[in-house]
Amino acid sequence: MHPFELITPATVSAAVKAQAGAPTAQQGAPIRYIAGGTNLVDFMKLNVETPRQLVDVNALDLSSVESLPDGGVKIGALARNTDVAQHALIKERFPALSEAILSGATVQLRNLATTGGNLLQKTRCVYYRDTAFACNKRNPGSGCPAIEGHNRMLAVLGTSEHCIATNPSDQNVALTALEAMIHVTGTKGERAIPITQFYMLPDSTPDKETVLEPGDLITHVTIPALPEGAKSVYLKLRDRASYEFALASAAIVMRTSGDRITFARVAMGGVGTVPWRSHEAEKALLGKPATLVSFRVAAEAALHGARPQSQNGFKIELAKRCVTHALTLATQQA
Amino acid sequence: MAPFDEKDKQPLTSLERISRRVFLTRASAASVATAAGAVAAPLTGSVHAEAPPVAAGGPVDDSAVPGAIPVTLKVNGTAHRVMVDPRATVLDTLRETLLLTGTKKGCDHGQCGACTVHLNGRRVNSCLLLAAMHQNDEITTIEGIGTPEKLHPMQAAFVEQDGYQCGYCTSGQIMSAVALLKEPVGKDDADVREAMSGNICRCGAYPNIVAAVQAVRRMA
Repeated sequence: MHPFELITPATVSAAVKAQAGAPTAQQGAPIRYIAGGTNLVDFMKLNVETPRQLVDVNALDLSSVESLPDGGVKIGALARNTDVAQHALIKERFPALSEAILSGATVQLRNLATTGGNLLQKTRCVYYRDTAFACNKRNPGSGCPAIEGHNRMLAVLGTSEHCIATNPSDQNVALTALEAMIHVTGTKGERAIPITQFYMLPDSTPDKETVLEPGDLITHVTIPALPEGAKSVYLKLRDRASYEFALASAAIVMRTSGDRITFARVAMGGVGTVPWRSHEAEKALLGKPATLVSFRVAAEAALHGARPQSQNGFKIELAKRCVTHALTLATQQA
Repeated sequence: MAPFDEKDKQPLTSLERISRRVFLTRASAASVATAAGAVAAPLTGSVHAEAPPVAAGGPVDDSAVPGAIPVTLKVNGTAHRVMVDPRATVLDTLRETLLLTGTKKGCDHGQCGACTVHLNGRRVNSCLLLAAMHQNDEITTIEGIGTPEKLHPMQAAFVEQDGYQCGYCTSGQIMSAVALLKEPVGKDDADVREAMSGNICRCGAYPNIVAAVQAVRRMA
């Protein structure tokens, strides 16, 4: 691990000022915020991250989970994964978020990992994690050995010729289906970013993963109330029954009236370079009968643009079945 | 580096008098100090009477640890004031500075659970914690939950149910299992397996580990 200086600001503005001294807020930045540390310390041990300064934000008062007047919730960026997943408000109003968080990692990691940190969770692409290899995300312009290499776990949606790394988070798939807003304080004040506009497709700059600018600190996330009668579910498919990243996952928000689907949101994990929202699937569902046939049509639409690599073509069919089954579960619960 | 080459005989005139652990501690401390500066060293005048945390043959001058900062760690109810490099993890500080070697280093990347300790009552991977970030937190290790004379019920259950083979993962397993008793975990074996999935056992003692955990839960 490279040497670094640890600072512990007492206020959000002091933290922002400290990180704003870096030329970027993206991976590889010389000044990094640290919260739970479950991702960053791992990468620092691998020398993938070599910050010269760590800004410990744990002293900031950002860990509460609160009800909002409109029936939504506000989740502090420092709220631990365990506390969010077990919170009565979340289990009652947004069970998909609770299920998604509990399907990821382990109790030990979830006790440390934070809401804000998980929003910035890094890919598990083996080439990104190993500095002996080229990687356009870690070292722009060096190449992408994953495209010709071990890509079984990697993405089939949102890829480019420069990067096919999967976004590994479960939490963020649920937050995408729940249309979360990400609240950020930066050098120019506060702003709220819809989660679907927060992540950037790799295109030719896979090193730039989010719209965050130097100094930007995620302070909290808000989730708006769901339409009356809408239910949410999360389904994750993986190689092991526990403690494994998704091969494919789906977060669904759905409401039916009679046998008709009157509201639908579909998000997918494990298959995209970013947490993947499928408006195509939603369009295919709206107004249709809540039947297996409709779900299969929607799943086809969701994977329509998928591009397989040498080892991960199976993910396309798996993701379709995942979406179909998640829609079935959502109907049963609705 | 070779710590015991021809011109470096002085610290080890009689290898026979040195226990394996002290030997290894000295050897690793010597290599670390040469390679990159010791990652964690005791503050001069540090309090730890029964096992002086002195790694390399005498009190270590603060200046030997460039960039070290004073940290107070509360471990098993005792406050320890130590100098640590900001890079030192809680795991390494426990083992190398406080000589609490019951907590084990497996993968060192938060994947295996061998280093599980309690942080303010909740189980965490100590290999992912930077010691300097956890002043004033209550850290509990395997040494803090029971003694050979008075085992914690979970330790006794692991013995009773034969919940280990080589034993390397065991302290982490037990720390996880003790924390689990206070967590919202269903009553079935499958629930225990899910809740214990962050602790890997390469010997595959899982059935007996689940039996030990369930035995203690039934006692409660």
